[in-house]
Amino acid sequence: MALLQISEPGESTAPHQHRLAVGIDLGTTNSLVASVRSGVAETLSDLEGEHLLPSVVRYRADGRIEVGCTARQAAPKDPANTIVSVKRLMGRGQAEVSQMKLPYEFVETNSAVPRIRTVAADVSPVEVSAEILKSLKQRAEETLVGDLNGVVITVPAYFDDAQRQATKDAARIAGLKVLRLLNEPTAAAIAYGLDRGSEGVHVVYDLGGGTFDVSILRFSRGVFEVLATAGDSALGGDDFDSLIVDWMLQQAGMEDNPNYRRSRTLMHQARSIKEQLTDADQVKVNVERPDGSEWQSVLTRETFNQLVDGLIRKTLLPCRRALRDAGVELEEIKDVVMVGGSTRMPRVRELVGEFFQTKPLVDIDPDRVVAIGAAIQADLLVGNKPESEMLLLDVIPLSLGLETMGGLVEKLIPRNTTIPVARAQEFTTFKDGQTAMSVHVLQGERELVSDCRSLARFELRGIPPMVAGAARIRVAFQVDADGLLSVTAEELSTGVKSSIEVKPAYGLSEGEIEQMLRDSFDYANDDMVARNLREQQVEADRVLEAIVAALAADGNELLSVDERSKIDLGINELQQARDGGDIQAIKAAIESLDQATADFAARRMNASVQKVLKGHTLDELSE
Amino acid sequence: MDFTQNYFELFGLAEAFELDLSDLSARYQKLQKTLHPDKFASASEHERRISLQKAAQINSAFQTLKDPLSRARYLLELRGLSFDVEHTTIRDPEFLEQQIELREEMAEIRGSDDPVSNVLVFLQQLNQMVKACVEQLTQGFEVADRASLVQCQTVVNQMQFLYRLQQEAEALEEELL
Repeated sequence: MALLQISEPGESTAPHQHRLAVGIDLGTTNSLVASVRSGVAETLSDLEGEHLLPSVVRYRADGRIEVGCTARQAAPKDPANTIVSVKRLMGRGQAEVSQMKLPYEFVETNSAVPRIRTVAADVSPVEVSAEILKSLKQRAEETLVGDLNGVVITVPAYFDDAQRQATKDAARIAGLKVLRLLNEPTAAAIAYGLDRGSEGVHVVYDLGGGTFDVSILRFSRGVFEVLATAGDSALGGDDFDSLIVDWMLQQAGMEDNPNYRRSRTLMHQARSIKEQLTDADQVKVNVERPDGSEWQSVLTRETFNQLVDGLIRKTLLPCRRALRDAGVELEEIKDVVMVGGSTRMPRVRELVGEFFQTKPLVDIDPDRVVAIGAAIQADLLVGNKPESEMLLLDVIPLSLGLETMGGLVEKLIPRNTTIPVARAQEFTTFKDGQTAMSVHVLQGERELVSDCRSLARFELRGIPPMVAGAARIRVAFQVDADGLLSVTAEELSTGVKSSIEVKPAYGLSEGEIEQMLRDSFDYANDDMVARNLREQQVEADRVLEAIVAALAADGNELLSVDERSKIDLGINELQQARDGGDIQAIKAAIESLDQATADFAARRMNASVQKVLKGHTLDELSE
Repeated sequence: MDFTQNYFELFGLAEAFELDLSDLSARYQKLQKTLHPDKFASASEHERRISLQKAAQINSAFQTLKDPLSRARYLLELRGLSFDVEHTTIRDPEFLEQQIELREEMAEIRGSDDPVSNVLVFLQQLNQMVKACVEQLTQGFEVADRASLVQCQTVVNQMQFLYRLQQEAEALEEELL
């Protein structure tokens, strides 16, 4: 029993319990977990003191799964069972991954999601990512001593809906409650901006292992507003390594041997050469030929720069587009923040500095900055800083549209629209008595359906039979704060809700996720029922805590005696169900308390809006 | 939750075309600081749902009000003047002629001696024309009788053409750079 509670100066103790929340940077090459401890955001290390967890997962014949360094070391000798850079496969379809020239064997399945054949099992990229997340979760729970209340996971700003959904699915399989998917550049801006509190326009240039993003943000009055974002989800440090490999093979006269082009050993060597060239002016290179002879040479920084200039300039195009979309002039830019290990390359800093006419900021370790920003946001979202006014307003990176006649795409929500956002579109039938209709949702900037990414096809059924053109079907799109899309449909003239059948083009079905959830638990050690119960109880506690706080704040003002007693009854029922230990009863009690408090919740929100607008006087605005 | 308020009411503003953008953006930020789903990350399912809807509505309102073209169109719709985008024809022969000239001018940029600076000059010219339209709208909404509102409707249609031209010129600029 703790008799004395020791708290940091200035930190409140009761009634607000400190909740455990972490930020996770789920990277292509490396992943990190960070948390705010005693007011400072820092990355967490493993027992050996390593902060970076290589994003490598190895499936062994005995069923054991290795994650991180040991897996990475095994990669060259066991390429088929060792999955590296899995992030590049997230949200991709079978046809797409088969074009990537990877050393894995892909299994043909009925699922929209590809499966990699390993000696242990056939695994989807989502499950591979879940293993990385589980490893970080374990590290966090051991370091922070306790169960995590929630996580913020970062994704490249340029990730489309399928890639975001895949990331969220991976978190679910890893048993994590996602408070928010946060764009990596935005996370970096939080890490920098909050420390300095500097108002103005910031650019975040993020060149990671496999992806490139650029974001233009404005920070004013405590609000981070993403003005525009652009990038290339298939360009990163790995491509620089490939260029070095190509150069080595060409110099050694081995470019015709296809076995070497994707060789792990050579890629490994290339990365090390690239890293050495950050400080060194030249690096010795040697390659063993198939006949056992050795080729030796030297790669100078100058030659390296010539090799990579084209790639770096390729990143400046999205920079220009983002500036244009943001409506920002070069002169307005206050600073450029560098994120991602690849921004350690001196040539990258040089060309980016030239383009934005300012010396890039590199103060925070570019490998850790994203995780640190995510941790700060996680701490905020989980409710550890109720007094904080900081808010993030993100945008949707790619336009969302629908297929129209002739294979064309009609844009419904243009790129760089602030999220959350909702838009609706009305459709009608073109045949008499038509009762079904199919809707095809796409994401991308091009005009042709074939050039955009297919997100989902919807079948609307149960439209009441009418003459052609009489039905009015309203299809509503909603993009939430994570950038995830949901769609609903309704026939307006009769009020009949059409049923929607979603076929995500690149996603896992609900059934597949549940199967993976079941598979991911070790039945022998972990009682599934007990685990479920504990999760429901945690959820019940969260609901109770939220409603009790709301009642304490506004209960007397906004509720009649009668309404209040109904809610109190619901609270009692939930409390009893929670302690009773019946999962279904807890679920039902949460549901009914939610119903009972619906009006109260709406009134509270209206009241706070009124308060905000009333408090908004002219003096305040002239600040 | 009240979802019936129009966009001006939502921000506690009078229904007017003239608007202080920094005031609008301050109100927007204050509302989002109260209603954004991130402020409800640990709240009940129901609260999270309405916060999502409300935040989306505020975003749409801000998008509509901050741009003079969409603000004018929205105001006219509130006044009962509708816009049917597909059937909009411009009857003003002078403006039509100008449109044709502008299009020809843009078509010639690509083959000219200095396309990059020419496209910039062209964009500046379009900017000036948009500004003139905004002036006209400001005056029209101030008088606000039926005739001037109908006139505003014409200006909105003209501005729509200019916006489209602007987009095409910007795409051309991006291609040339």
